[in-house]
Amino acid sequence: MKLTVNGDTHDIDVDEDMPLLWALRDELNITGPKYGCGIAMCGACTVHIDGLAVRSCSVRAGDVEGEVTTIEGLGSPDAMHAVQEAWNENQVAQCGYCQPGQIMAAASLLTLNPEPTDEIIDQAMSANLCRCGTYPRIRAAVKSAAAKLGGA
Amino acid sequence: MGAVKTIARRTFLIGSAAVAGGAAFGAYKISQPFDNPLEANLENGEFALGDYILIDESGVTIITPKGEMGQGVQTTWAAMVAEELDISWEDVKIDHGPASKAYYNEAVLEEGLPISSLENSGAAKFMRKNIVPIVAKAMTMVTTGGSSSTADGYVKMRAAGATAREALKLAAAKQLGVKASTLKTHGGHVIASDGTKLSYGSLAENSAKVKLPKNIKLKPRSEWRLLGTSLPRLDMKEKVTGTAMFAPDIRLPGMKFATVKTNPHLGGKMNGYDAFKAEKVKGVEKIVPMDNGVIVIANNTWTAFKAADLISFDWAKSDYPDQMEEHYAVVNAAFDKDFDSRQLDNGNVEQAFSDADEIIEGEYRVPYLAHACMEPVNATALLKDGRLDLWAGNQAATDQQTIAMSLTGLTAENVHIHTQYMGGGFGRKSEVDFSEYAVRAAKALEGTPVHVMWSREEDMTHDFYRPIAMGRFKASAKGGKPYAFDMKVACPSIMDSGAKRGGPSIPGSDMTNAMTIWDQPYGIPNYRTSAYRTDPLLPIGAWRSVGGTQNAFFQESMIDELAHHAGLDPLEMRLDLMNNDVCKKVLESVAEMSGWGRKLPEDHAMGCAFALAFGVPTAEVVEIKQTADGIKIINAWATVDVGIPLDPRNIEAQVFGGLNYGLAAAMMGEISVEDGKIVQTNFHDYDSLRMYQAPNVEVKILDNGEHIRGIGEPGTPPAAPALGNAIFALTGQRLRELPFNKFVAFA
Ligand code: FES
Ligand code: FES
Repeated sequence: MKLTVNGDTHDIDVDEDMPLLWALRDELNITGPKYGCGIAMCGACTVHIDGLAVRSCSVRAGDVEGEVTTIEGLGSPDAMHAVQEAWNENQVAQCGYCQPGQIMAAASLLTLNPEPTDEIIDQAMSANLCRCGTYPRIRAAVKSAAAKLGGA
Repeated sequence: MGAVKTIARRTFLIGSAAVAGGAAFGAYKISQPFDNPLEANLENGEFALGDYILIDESGVTIITPKGEMGQGVQTTWAAMVAEELDISWEDVKIDHGPASKAYYNEAVLEEGLPISSLENSGAAKFMRKNIVPIVAKAMTMVTTGGSSSTADGYVKMRAAGATAREALKLAAAKQLGVKASTLKTHGGHVIASDGTKLSYGSLAENSAKVKLPKNIKLKPRSEWRLLGTSLPRLDMKEKVTGTAMFAPDIRLPGMKFATVKTNPHLGGKMNGYDAFKAEKVKGVEKIVPMDNGVIVIANNTWTAFKAADLISFDWAKSDYPDQMEEHYAVVNAAFDKDFDSRQLDNGNVEQAFSDADEIIEGEYRVPYLAHACMEPVNATALLKDGRLDLWAGNQAATDQQTIAMSLTGLTAENVHIHTQYMGGGFGRKSEVDFSEYAVRAAKALEGTPVHVMWSREEDMTHDFYRPIAMGRFKASAKGGKPYAFDMKVACPSIMDSGAKRGGPSIPGSDMTNAMTIWDQPYGIPNYRTSAYRTDPLLPIGAWRSVGGTQNAFFQESMIDELAHHAGLDPLEMRLDLMNNDVCKKVLESVAEMSGWGRKLPEDHAMGCAFALAFGVPTAEVVEIKQTADGIKIINAWATVDVGIPLDPRNIEAQVFGGLNYGLAAAMMGEISVEDGKIVQTNFHDYDSLRMYQAPNVEVKILDNGEHIRGIGEPGTPPAAPALGNAIFALTGQRLRELPFNKFVAFA
């Protein structure tokens, strides 16, 4: 099966039913997306397919048609994406385990809605849990990311 | 180890007559220093300057042997060293370092002392200064927990930096042929009076030959350049780019992926199992039976999960009651036994009640809670050529080492613990079960690294839960003022539960049961607090703020009931009762910040709560609003006093994080038992606070307290009572049981 992730196309031999999350993590060693629940309840595994957020734990690898982007493909420590920069400036992360998912969800939201209201931010980000409770800074960071992207 | 355990037991009888003898013996034996843990692992060209600093040509690496679970401890510890060492923040490099008993934690024991954190009598000072270090060292508690790291590191890490700085100066002095006193340090260089600059890296080799100087004066607070400011966290860029390494992210050549399935009747054995179907799944490598379940090793985690679900088991029952109400019945019955501790007994409550016109009383209860760290527990291990390597996010590295040694028969030199970032800890990762299964898997597949990832379901149903607990109170007012307050709490003992799984068995009262009740700063004339202890029920453990989570809910809801009974404003009444200025200022600050007493819209209400936990006075106010869909928490305010704030932005994050953790539990947290098994399995039935429910939060940090304090936990205890008190103010309904969503809807 072919999977295009972060611009690279990989040929992997896995069961079609394998969730995308495990294909990424265990077959391709792309470990940015995290396992948190496996049932689309926490968002830790969020990646993009063609720019839109999906819960990779609940998408069959065999069903993936578009291009997959993970947190590693969004930006790197030396060249961060605007959303990652906003997260860094607002010092959002605590344990950090949920944050790849949070950032991918926020990036997708801002693609669909470059100027989200507070209410839309709350709704869109509510599929992603953060047990460390970083929500106040996530809110602030989404807004500063929106400003950065709008200004670009 | 045997001897150390005996000493620890003896010396732990703090507060009783046994202390003197035990401590004196301990002091003599134990004050011999441990070997420097860094020296065994030095690479070529690398030198250790004390226990916490490695230096080579490229510069300095600071060892921060504390588990980073999100609390920012590695950043703050590095800042303590960097402050004295005079290196720029941009140049700071850190490493967790090996598991070593030299990195023992003194401060964590303080909270277990029967002396109030506010007390500064000679005896209290003596205990803190002389007994705690000896006991900590004897027990070699290399733990991260109890909000203890900041206090634990405050002197020793700055001293480590200062010592290394002076050693570098001595080396430079020798090289330049000048007096060390003529040299200065700045930005990672030693600078001579003629302007000659020598980088620390260039002095590496010579500095290691210098005899480390002793008793160096630390910089006064007024000269700090890093401490006291908000520093960018050292782990932030990694964590926002997906490059931070958690234990499940380790990839090793030939690695296999596994999961574990153990008896849902916690602590029970496995009578038998049938893995016929599981063995046939393509990619399954091995199924390893254990006493209490199996480990399934496969090519990838998903295959391991899938195969594990195909195994049928015959489980033995556990020894606790089958149904939830029976658990509460056990706790309830504890009130009829003798109390386990009665730390506070001011005035005469019995007499006061017999004089009182009117007495109010009530009973509260709270359920078990799971930690539900975002990262389910897991670990990776490799056993090869008589050496074991273990990668795990953990709060107690030496405990992981001990369990690995006992499972493999290897000595400490051959068991290497690599502590990874934790995707949340909250107390869960001070246990060792995740390491145990990884080591068992590694033994079953010697030479091959195995990662054992628990499914969320396994994690949720095999936790060491926050205990269920009950609280009862009786109170009365006289002349419009609180006059008598008698409070009783009952719950199983965390120490008993820990001892059942091989932890130290400590005689005497379990002070964790009584935390955050007896030492609160309220000058009620007749005031008594008692804690009762039941036999073990479910396996329980430390959960962010330990006894404070339930006890502050009891106490602060009860105090609120008393205020309403006496017709007093609940916040004003607390202020009036407070007999400690540091605490008072905290409450005044939160009142001011929240505009307590201001006119609110009809459908809004506020609740307040205060708790002194882990030495930190913390006051919180919550503002809620009735909407068509239910109650919505719109704002929250918190003030804390940590004595000396080292990194304000990080402290703020811990406070609102702790508050949100407490709100989640208060609103919806519940683990229950049915037919001997845990009912809740994943986030669909053990949900947590989500963005749409998270209030806007404002945090204020004060510095009036005399001691420096850690802040990982204090934000949590006042959250539940502040919310409950707000609900009472809004609806007139007093909720005496958690979670609140059993009784009200939340929007
Ligand atoms: S792991 Fe996919 S949503 Fe939780
Ligand atoms: S930062 Fe820890 S779960 Fe979100």
